[in-house]
Amino acid sequence: MERSFIAKNPSVLVFLAILSLFTIAVTVLSEGFGIGVISTSFVKTLGKTLCLCLIAVAMDLVWGFTGILSLGHFAFFGLGGYMIGMWLMYERTRLIVVESLSRADIPPTPSEVVDAIGTQIFGVVGSSDFPLIWAFADSLVLQLVLVVLVPGLLALVFGWLAFRSRVTGVYLSILTQAMTLALALYLFQNDSGLRGNNGLSGLQNLPGVTASQDVVSIWFLWASALALGLGYILAAWIVSGKFGLVIRGIRDNEARVRFLGYSVEVYKLAVFTLTACIAAIAGALYYPQAGIINPEEIAPIASIYLAVWVAIGGRGRLYGAVIGAAVVSLLSTWFTGGQAPDISLGFYTIKWVDWWQVLLGVSFVLVTLFAPQGIGGLFDLWANRRHPDRHGTNLGPDDSSLREKEALE
Amino acid sequence: MLRLFLASLAILCACLTANAQETGLQPILQAHQDIIAKSSRKTIGPAIDAIAASDLPQAQVMLETWAAKDMWMRKSDGLFFAGKKAEGRSYELIDFDTGEVVGTYQKSDLKQLKPNSGIRAMIGTALVTFQLTDPNRDKRLAALQSIQRDPEAALLAPLRASIDGEPDAALKAQKQRLERLLSIGFDEDTTARVAAITDMSGDLGVDVRAALNPLVVTTRQVAVELPGNANIAAILKPGSEALTRDAAYDLLVANELAAPRVSADDIRAALAANIEGGRVGDVPVAQLDSDAKRVQAYSVLAEAGTVPAFITPADVDAALGAHVFFEVFSEPSAEVTAAAEKALERIELKVGLNQTLDLSLDAISLASIYFLAAIGLAITFGVMGVINMAHGEFIMMGAYTGYVVQQFIPDHTLSIIVAIPMAFAVTFAMGVAMERLVIRWLYARPLETLLATFGISIALQQLAKNIFGTQARPLTAPGWLDGAWVLNDVVSISYIRIAIFVLAMIFLGLFLYIMKRTRLGLEMRAVTQNPRMAGSMGINPGRVNMLTFGLGSGIAGIAGVAIGLFAKVTSDLGSDYIVQSFMTVVVGGVGNIWGALAGAGMIGGLQKGIEWMNPSNTLAAQTYMIVFIIIFIQFRPRGIIALKGRAAGD
Amino acid sequence: MSTLLEVSGVSVTFDGFRAINNLSFQIGNAELRAVIGPNGAGKTTFMDIVTGKTRPDEGRVIWGEKSVSLLQMSEARIAQAGIGRKFQKPTVFEDQTVQENLLMALKNKRGWLGVLFYRPSGPDLDKVEELATEIGLKDELTRKSGELSHGQKQWLEIGMLLAQEPRLLLVDEPAAGMTPQEREHTTDLLVQASKTRAVVVVEHDMEFVRRLNCKVTVLHEGSVLAEGSLDHVTSNQDVIDVYLGR
Repeated sequence: MERSFIAKNPSVLVFLAILSLFTIAVTVLSEGFGIGVISTSFVKTLGKTLCLCLIAVAMDLVWGFTGILSLGHFAFFGLGGYMIGMWLMYERTRLIVVESLSRADIPPTPSEVVDAIGTQIFGVVGSSDFPLIWAFADSLVLQLVLVVLVPGLLALVFGWLAFRSRVTGVYLSILTQAMTLALALYLFQNDSGLRGNNGLSGLQNLPGVTASQDVVSIWFLWASALALGLGYILAAWIVSGKFGLVIRGIRDNEARVRFLGYSVEVYKLAVFTLTACIAAIAGALYYPQAGIINPEEIAPIASIYLAVWVAIGGRGRLYGAVIGAAVVSLLSTWFTGGQAPDISLGFYTIKWVDWWQVLLGVSFVLVTLFAPQGIGGLFDLWANRRHPDRHGTNLGPDDSSLREKEALE
Repeated sequence: MLRLFLASLAILCACLTANAQETGLQPILQAHQDIIAKSSRKTIGPAIDAIAASDLPQAQVMLETWAAKDMWMRKSDGLFFAGKKAEGRSYELIDFDTGEVVGTYQKSDLKQLKPNSGIRAMIGTALVTFQLTDPNRDKRLAALQSIQRDPEAALLAPLRASIDGEPDAALKAQKQRLERLLSIGFDEDTTARVAAITDMSGDLGVDVRAALNPLVVTTRQVAVELPGNANIAAILKPGSEALTRDAAYDLLVANELAAPRVSADDIRAALAANIEGGRVGDVPVAQLDSDAKRVQAYSVLAEAGTVPAFITPADVDAALGAHVFFEVFSEPSAEVTAAAEKALERIELKVGLNQTLDLSLDAISLASIYFLAAIGLAITFGVMGVINMAHGEFIMMGAYTGYVVQQFIPDHTLSIIVAIPMAFAVTFAMGVAMERLVIRWLYARPLETLLATFGISIALQQLAKNIFGTQARPLTAPGWLDGAWVLNDVVSISYIRIAIFVLAMIFLGLFLYIMKRTRLGLEMRAVTQNPRMAGSMGINPGRVNMLTFGLGSGIAGIAGVAIGLFAKVTSDLGSDYIVQSFMTVVVGGVGNIWGALAGAGMIGGLQKGIEWMNPSNTLAAQTYMIVFIIIFIQFRPRGIIALKGRAAGD
Repeated sequence: MSTLLEVSGVSVTFDGFRAINNLSFQIGNAELRAVIGPNGAGKTTFMDIVTGKTRPDEGRVIWGEKSVSLLQMSEARIAQAGIGRKFQKPTVFEDQTVQENLLMALKNKRGWLGVLFYRPSGPDLDKVEELATEIGLKDELTRKSGELSHGQKQWLEIGMLLAQEPRLLLVDEPAAGMTPQEREHTTDLLVQASKTRAVVVVEHDMEFVRRLNCKVTVLHEGSVLAEGSLDHVTSNQDVIDVYLGR
C-alpha cells in the first residue's frame, strides 16, 4: 500500500509515453516544424481531438467514477471557449482598429477606440455598446481566470441546487440537459452580449502573433497535449486515493456512503465543479483551433455525444475515455468529411456522409447491450483479466453502479 | 342663344332633380362645361356635386367613364360622350342618357378629358354615393370597405343618407357602425363627435382605436409663452422624466431657438479641419488623444472665432428657463380629446382583459401541444420508468407517416383519418421492436437506456434524412381546419389549435380508460408496482411491458400527425419537443397522468406568460422557463403531483 | 447508566399509514439491546428515523451527553456524530477490496479536501488488519468484496461499522441467511462490540436473540409493546397475542 503513485498506476506512465510520442511524431511530420507530411488543418484536427480527449477524461471522472450522468459538460466546454474567445476577438479587433484609426488626422482617444471596437464586434447584432460581461475582455490574465471561474461558478451553483435536493439518476441527467439547453437558447439571443448565433469568430488568429498558422497549430497541439497530460495525471491521482474510493462508492451505493458519514452532496459538488473547470480549459484550447464558436456548439446533443464517447471507450477507466473520444471523433471526421470510400451495393450506393450517423447510433446501441466495458475491454482481454461471474447483477443498488461486465476480478 | 337657353335650363334641372329624369345628364354637364373641360382640381367641385346630386342612374356610369379617361367632348358642340375606340384614329361616341351610339368621329374632332389623380379621387368619392345605394349587395359592401380603408369627411353625408334605405340588416349595421366612426373624426358638430366617441367607447374593434388614436396624438412644442388658443395636453418641465434637459435643449435647437451644442464628433471634425503645421490651436496633433486636450485645442479655436463657441451649462439653463415646453393635441377641440382619452382608457382596459383571455387560450393551446408530445412519455417514462430519448423520433415518424399517406390519398380529410391509425400502427410496431430488442435488456439500467435510446434516436433521424431529404415536407390540414374562431378583434384561436386541444382531451380520456378500466391497464399498474408479484400471479411482465411501451410509442406517433399539421415536418421535428416533453413529465410528477397534464399546463402557461412580459423574445422566454423549472425542482423534487410515501421508491 | 439515545413521542405517517405511532425508546452507553416485532411493526422505520433517512412528523430524538437533537441533521452528520448502521441486506462496496472497504469506513476526516490528500498511514493500515482479523477476513484483504460469500459480506459490514468507531450500532437482521457457525461468530462479534458501545439489534430469529442474552424491546404497530428480558416478554400475554394471532 505504501507504494508511490506512479508505481501503483503504471497505466499513467504508459499513457504519458504514448502521448509524448504522438506529439513528437506529429511535430516532426507537420508543415510548421517538420517534413510536412501532415497538413496544418489535420494538425488542428488532432489538436482539437486532444482537447476532446481531455473533456472525455473529465466526463469519465464525473460519470464513470462518480456516477453522475451529466449531459451538460459541453456547456462548460463552450463557456470556456467563449471566455478565451472574448479576449482573442477583442484584442485582435483592437489591433485592427488602432491601426486604421492611426491613419486619421487626429489620434484617437481611448473611448473612441473602444467605441470602434464595439461597432466592429457587435455590428452584426445591430449594436455597438459593450455589454457588462465584456468588462474584462481587454485583459488576457483576467479572461484566463474567467475561463475557469465562470464555468466553475455555474457548475457550483447548478450542482448545489441539484445535489442539495437529492436529484439523482435520469432526473439529474434531464436537469443537466435542461441547463445546457437554457444556456444555448440564451446565447442564441442577439442581446445576450455574445453576438447571438453569429458567435465569436476569427479565433485562430492570435493577436500580435505574426507566425503562420502552420506554426501556431503546432503550438496549440503542444498546449493541448500538455493539458491532456496534466489533466490525466490529476484525474488518475484523484481516483487512486481515498477520494477515489469514496466517489466510486457514491457511484455504486450512495446511501451506504452517506451512512459511513461522508457528505455525498459535497463530494458530488466537488467532482462536478472540478470537472466543469477541466472541461472549460479543454474548451479554451479547442476553440482557438476551431476558429469559431457559436451557441450551436453548446446544444444538448453535444453533451450526449460526450457520454457516448466515454461509453464506447469504456467508462470507469481513464484511458477508455481518451480512446473513446479519440476514436469516435476522428472516425466521425473521416466519415463525414467525405474521405471514406462509398460502398456500392449494385442497387444502392452507401455514402458514408449519409450513413455514418446510422452506423454510430447502431454500434452504440450494440456496445451498450453487449460490451459495456467498451473498447477499453480489449485491454482486459489482452491482459487476461476476467469479469466476475455475478449472474448479471450489478455491483451496487444505484442506477449508475458498475455493471457485471464493467467490473474486473 | 340656344346654348344659353340650354345652360339655364340645365341649372334649373340641377336644382329640381325631380325633373332630371326627363332632361338627362347632358344638360347638367353642359352647365358646367367650362370647368369640366378645364379639369382643375380647385374648380371642379361644383360640377361633380351637381352630377352626383342629379340622382340619375346614368350618372354612375358617366362618372366611372370619366374617371377611366374614356369621356370625350365633341369639339363641334361641346357635348360630352363616352368614347370607344373604333378603327384607326376614330372613336365611337355613346350618349350617356340614352346609351345609344351617336356616331364615329375622327380623333381630331374630339377632345379627351383626362382628369388628374386629385379629380379622380373626388369622382371616386362622388361615386361612393351611388355605390352605397347600388342594388347589388356586393357593390355596396365594396363601397363600405373602401370607405373603411380611407375615410374622408366628404363620405360622411352620403353614408348617413344611405343608411335608412339599406335593405340588408347586416350591411345596415355595418353602415351604422361606420357612420359612428366617421362621425368621430369628421362631424362638424363637437357634441355629435363626443356622442359618437361615447357610443363607441365599449367597442374592441381595431378600427375604433384607429379612429380614436389620431385624436389624442400630441406634438411636443416649445414657445416663449404658452399659446392661449391651443388644445394643450400637458406642460412639461425640463429635467423631469417626461422631458430630460437634453431632450428639451434639443427641442430648442430643432426650433432654432438656441444654438446647437458642440458634440465630440463636432470637435473632432473641427480640429481635423484646422490643423496648421502639426498643431491645432497651440496643441500638437499627437497629443490630441484625450478629450481634455481636444477641448483645450477647441477652446483656442473658439476664442479665435474660427469655430462656434461651446455651449456652457449656464447657457443651457438660461435657454431652458426662457422657454415653456408643452404638448399640444393636433385636435383643436378639448372636449373631443377629453372624451377620446376617456374612451381609449375604457377600451384599453377591455382590451387588456381580452388579451388576458387570448393569452390564456394561447397557453392552453401550447399546453395541449406539450401534453400531446408528453403523453406517450408519461406512459413510457412515467409508468415504466424507461427514459426514451427516441420519443421525439417517434413523433417525427408519426408526422412522416401522415405525409406519406397524403401522397397516396389526396383528399385531406380522408388522409388524416387514415393517417392517425397508420401512424399509431407504425410507431407501435417500432416501439414494440425497440422494447424487445433493446430496452428490455436494460430495465435495471435507466442511464444506459437513456444512452442506448439516444443512439437509436440519431440513427432514426439520419435515416429519415436519407429517405425524405432535409427539406421540410408538408402535411396539409383539411380545409375545414383552416381559419380561426374569432371572438372579437382581440381574441381568436385557430381551428387547428382547437382540434389539438380536443385531441389532447381525447387522449387523456383514453389513457384514463385504459389504465383504470381495462385488463391491460390493470396488468400495467401491477407490473410497474411490483413485477415479481405480478409475474407470480400469472401476468407475463414481458408482454405487458412490450404492450405498454408500444402504446406509449403509438400515442407519440398520433401526436406526430397532430404536430405535423402546424409545424414543418423535418427529420429534427422530434428533437424540438423532446426536452420540453421530459420537463413536462418531470415537473408534473412521474407516474401520474394528471401530473403530465399539470406539467404541460404549467410549462405552457409559464412560457406564454413570460413571452407576454417580453413579447419580442421567445428564446428568452424559453431560457427563463427552464431556469424556473430548475429552481422549481428544488422545492418539489417529485413534481407537482407527487407519489407519496414508500410507493415513491426512495 | 446514562442515556445515550432517547427517542420520545415519535410518529411517522406514510400516505395515511401510521408506521410509527408515539414511539419512545432509550438506550444507554455500552448496552446491548434486541428489538423484535412482527412484520410491519416499524423496526426498519425506527432505524431510518434515528439515522436521519426519514423525518418524523412529530417527537424528539435526543443524542449524547450534550442532548443534541438529531432531527435537523443530515445522514452524514448523524453518522459522524457516532451512529453506525448495518442494513438488512449486506451492503458493502462490491467493486472495492476488503481493505478499501475498511479504509473508507475507518474513523478519519470525512471532509472532501481532507480525503483528497489523505494517504493511508502505517497505524491506519495496522488498524485495518486488526479489524480484518477480528471479523475473520484477514486472508481476504486484497479480494474484491463482491466475491465474498454472503456471511463474509455481513461480517465485512460489521467490520466497517466497527471501523467507524461509533458509539451506537444499529444492526438490522445480522444473522439472516447465515449458517449456524457463522451465526455464532456474529453473536460473538456483537456481544464483544457491546462492551464498549451501545448496540441495537433488530432480529426475527428468537434463537439468535436468546443467544445475545440481553434486554428485549417488542415493537408492534409502531410503538413499544413490551420491554424486558426475553423470558419476561415471551410470557407477556400481549406479545403472545401479537405473535400467534388472536
